[in-house]
Amino acid sequence: MEENIREERRKQAILARHHIYKEKVQPQSYVSSLPPSEREEFIEKQRAANAVKLRRRKVKSSIAKVFGVIFLSGAAFIAIMPIFFTFLNSFMSSSEIEGNYGVVFQSLPGSTNEASRFIDEAPQLQLIPQEVSADQYSEILLKNPSYLFRYWNSILLTVPIVIGQLAVACMASYSFMRYRKKRREVLFFFYIILMLMPFQVTLVPNYIMNQTLNILDTPWAVILPGVFSTFSVYILTKYMRRIPKAYIEAAIIDGAGEWQIFTKVVMPNCKAPVAAMAILLFIDYWNMVEQPLVMLQDEGMQPLSVFLSKVNVGDIGLAFAACALYMIPPLLIFLRGEDQLVEGISQSGIK
Amino acid sequence: MLYATYRRTVFELGVIALERLRHSLFKLKEWGAGSGFLLPSFAGVLLFFIVPFLMLIKISFQKSATISEFAGLKNYKDVLTNEAFIQACGNTALFTAVTVPAAIVISLLLALVLNSQIPGKSTFRSLLLTPMMVPVASIVLIWQVVFSYNGVLNGWTYQLFGLERIDWMKDHGQLLTMFLFLWKNLGLNIILFLSALNNIPQEVVESSLMDGCGSIRRFFSIRLYYLGPTIFFVGIMSLINSFKIFREVYLLTGNYPYGKLYTLQHFMNNKFTRLDYTQLSVAAVILSIAMMIIVGILFFIESRIDKGVEE
Repeated sequence: MEENIREERRKQAILARHHIYKEKVQPQSYVSSLPPSEREEFIEKQRAANAVKLRRRKVKSSIAKVFGVIFLSGAAFIAIMPIFFTFLNSFMSSSEIEGNYGVVFQSLPGSTNEASRFIDEAPQLQLIPQEVSADQYSEILLKNPSYLFRYWNSILLTVPIVIGQLAVACMASYSFMRYRKKRREVLFFFYIILMLMPFQVTLVPNYIMNQTLNILDTPWAVILPGVFSTFSVYILTKYMRRIPKAYIEAAIIDGAGEWQIFTKVVMPNCKAPVAAMAILLFIDYWNMVEQPLVMLQDEGMQPLSVFLSKVNVGDIGLAFAACALYMIPPLLIFLRGEDQLVEGISQSGIK
Repeated sequence: MLYATYRRTVFELGVIALERLRHSLFKLKEWGAGSGFLLPSFAGVLLFFIVPFLMLIKISFQKSATISEFAGLKNYKDVLTNEAFIQACGNTALFTAVTVPAAIVISLLLALVLNSQIPGKSTFRSLLLTPMMVPVASIVLIWQVVFSYNGVLNGWTYQLFGLERIDWMKDHGQLLTMFLFLWKNLGLNIILFLSALNNIPQEVVESSLMDGCGSIRRFFSIRLYYLGPTIFFVGIMSLINSFKIFREVYLLTGNYPYGKLYTLQHFMNNKFTRLDYTQLSVAAVILSIAMMIIVGILFFIESRIDKGVEE
C-alpha cells in the first residue's frame, strides 16, 4: 500500500519538475533577435566601443598615477629636505657657514642687531659644500667635551624613562584589560584625560611634587614623572582589548595564575605595540625641552636638546654638526624598527 | 516553641553572614589579583598627578603659595581678566581648531593617494614618516635658515619671481607653525589611515562597484563609514601633538614671541620663571576643566561612531 503511494508521489514529482522546466522561457536577448548579418556588425561595433572605453580608462588611470606620484614626491621632498640639508651643511667648514648664513642669523628676532634685516642680500642654500671638511665634527667630538657630556645626559634621561614607563604601562593596561568593571572604566577614562592634558598643566603638579620630595635638580625630577605618564597605557590597553578572550579563558582553565597569564599569554601577543611604543616614547623624550628646562636648573645636567637651542644663537659654525649628531640615534632606531612601529601603531589605531 | 524558632533564625542568620563573608572574600581576591598589576602605575599617578593637583586647587584659592589665607575667587578673576592669558588661550584654541582638522584631511588625502596602485609605495611611506623621528631641536636650525626674513625661501622667490620678501616669522607666524606641525605629524596619521583603508572589507567595496558606485560616492558612503574610529584616533593623536607645538615656537623665537605666536605654554612658562604659583595653579585648573569638557565631547562622539560601525 505504502509502496504505491510512494510511487505515485515520485511520478508526480517528476511530472512537476518537467512542468517547471517547460514553463521556463528562454530569454530573448537583443543580439539573438537580430538577423545573423546584422548580428556580426553589431558585435564588431560593441567591441570597438569597449576598446575605446578601456583605452580611455587606462589613460585616465595612468594620468592619475602620474599626478599621484608627482604629488607624493613633492610631499616626500618637503619631508626629507631639511634633514638632508642639515647633514650636508654639517660637512661645511665653520667659515663657509658664517659666509652663507651669517645674514640669516643676524636678522632673527632674538638677535642683537635687528637693523640688519634690511640688508639686501639673497642667501643661497648651498647644496654641496664648497670644501668638504669634518672640522665641525672634530671640534665637537674631540676638542669640546661639553657636547658629549650633554649627549650622555640625554641618554641618561631618555632610556630609564622609556624602560620604566613601558614596564609600568604593560602591567597597568593588563589590569585595565582583565577587569572592566565600572570603577575601573572610570579610572581608565581619568587616565585618558591625564594623557590629553597639555604639557604645561601637568608640569605644575609635577614641579610641586618634586619640590616636596626634594628631588629637584636631580635626574629623578624628570625621570619619575615621565615613568608614570599615561600615554602608553592608553595605546597598550586599546591593543590588549583586541586579544581574543578565549586565549585567557583557556589559560585559566589550564590553571594559570594572573602573573602567568600576563607573562605567557598576553605579553607575547603584544610584541608589536610594545616595540612601537618604545620607539615613539624614545623620540618623544629624546625631544623633550620643557621638563628639563623647568626641573633642572643646573646647566651641567641639562640634555642636549636644551643646550642646542642656546647653541643656535651663539656659534652657528658648530650647530649643524651638533644637530646632525643629535638626530642620528632616533634615525637609526627608526631604520631598524620601522616595520614594528608601523605594525604596532596601526593595529591599535583601528578599533 | 518560641525558643526553637529563635534558635533557628539565629542559625540561619549566621549561615547567611558566613556566606556573605566568603563571597566578599572571593570578590576581594578577584579584585586584588587585577589591582596588583595596576598598583605601580596608580601609585605613581597618585603621587605625581592627583595629589599635587589637589594641592594646586588648594593653592589656587589662597592669597599666595606661602600665605594660606582664603582669597575666594579673586585669583580666578585675576587670571581670567589677564590679557596675556586670554590672548594665549585664543591663539592656542585657534591653532588646535585649524590644525587638527587640517591634519586629518591632508593625511587622509595622502593615504588615499598612497593606497591607489602607485609604484614605490613603501618608499614614499618611509620618507613621509621620517620627519616624525627627527628631534625638534636639531631641525629648527634649518627652518630658521629657510624662513627668516633674509632667509632662503625669500631669496628664492625674490630671484625667481621678483616677489617682495615676506617676514614669515612675524607676519605669518601662525601659518609657519601650522606648517611645522603638519610637517612633523602627517607621517604617523598616514600610517594609521593606510592600515584602516586596508582593513575595509573588500566584499562591500566590490558589491558597491557592481551596483555602479563611482569613486566619490564610494569614498563618502563606504570608506568614510569604516574609517570613523580611525579618524577619531588620529584626531586624538593630533590633539595631543598640537599642544607640543610650543617646542618649535620656543626654539624658533624664544620666550617672548610675536603676539600671534604667544601660546598658553608660553604663559605658563613665563609664570614659572617668575615663580607666580597662584596664577600658575589657577591657569592649570581652568585649563584642565576646559580639557575635561573637550574630552567628554570627544568620547561622546566616539561612542556614537562605535555604535554605528558595530551595527
